[in-house]
Amino acid sequence: MEIILSIILVFMIIGAIYALYARDLLSALISCGIVGYGLVICFLLLQAPDLAIVQIVVETITLIIMIAVILDSSREELKEKKVADPKLSHFNKWYVINAVLVIVCLLVLLYFFKEVTGTLDPLGKHLTRMSAAYVENAAEQTGSANLVTGVVFDFRGYDTLGEATILFTAVIGVLTILRVKGKK
Amino acid sequence: MTPIVKKVTQLVVGLIFLYGIYIITHGHLTPGGGFAGGAVIAGAFILLVLAYGSDVLKLRKREEDSSVVESTGILIFLALAIAALFIGTGIFFTNYLPKGIIGELISAGTIPLYNIAVGIEVAAALFTIFLALVIYKEEVLK
Repeated sequence: MEIILSIILVFMIIGAIYALYARDLLSALISCGIVGYGLVICFLLLQAPDLAIVQIVVETITLIIMIAVILDSSREELKEKKVADPKLSHFNKWYVINAVLVIVCLLVLLYFFKEVTGTLDPLGKHLTRMSAAYVENAAEQTGSANLVTGVVFDFRGYDTLGEATILFTAVIGVLTILRVKGKK
Repeated sequence: MTPIVKKVTQLVVGLIFLYGIYIITHGHLTPGGGFAGGAVIAGAFILLVLAYGSDVLKLRKREEDSSVVESTGILIFLALAIAALFIGTGIFFTNYLPKGIIGELISAGTIPLYNIAVGIEVAAALFTIFLALVIYKEEVLK
């Protein structure tokens, strides 16, 4: 399973990089779609169908909206002339400092990743004390056969309340920004 | 849109709507829940708007309606949560209805009701955002 997961992740990375450098904005959007739908397959492989349903629907809706924007405005990228800055062209001490910092950070990260991956359980098998308690007792305590819904609406009810409020606030913000009457 | 798109939309949109309702009402039994089902229902409405054109006057009325429905959804959610203060143990957000048998459709106390409220809210919210964008485009960029 991890091999398939790695292949899909590589495809997603390629799609994301192509979306940055594509000349045609529509093809950039399609490669963004590769990233989103690849994520759907990753969720399915990692046994998270709840997230997969949400991701596939939301990805489709956002793609529809963005494609409508592209078709209405322009498919061409804005062309900017690159002006060669003479100060930046030759050797600069800040380049050396930046490069050294990046290499040091990468080495520190690599060290800690190696430490962590030695002690943790393999992918998908990791179970903390909290989630073990959830998995064992959720069905009796909440009465819900679906563990995710039991956690979302019973153990973590405040989170769901906040999430619903965030969506409500987002709609108010969109309606305020896109109002037409008051601006004239 | 072309007649083909309109006909296919006519045939498919009811099934999508039913599937969304199924996901919401079976949220405590099978994968899914309020958010996923609400997004599916919003997708059905968006498909209808995309296929059957954009008459701005009608759409503005729909936008007001869906905004009201969205506020109603979140109010139902809050009312269910606050009702727990007065019933049973008196703690905010407790599950005060009887839990029933695990695995049946009517079980798990208040969780299906929360699912329905969140489903209404999410569907109306996504549809309102879409309608706001469509109306803005039709009116300003004409």
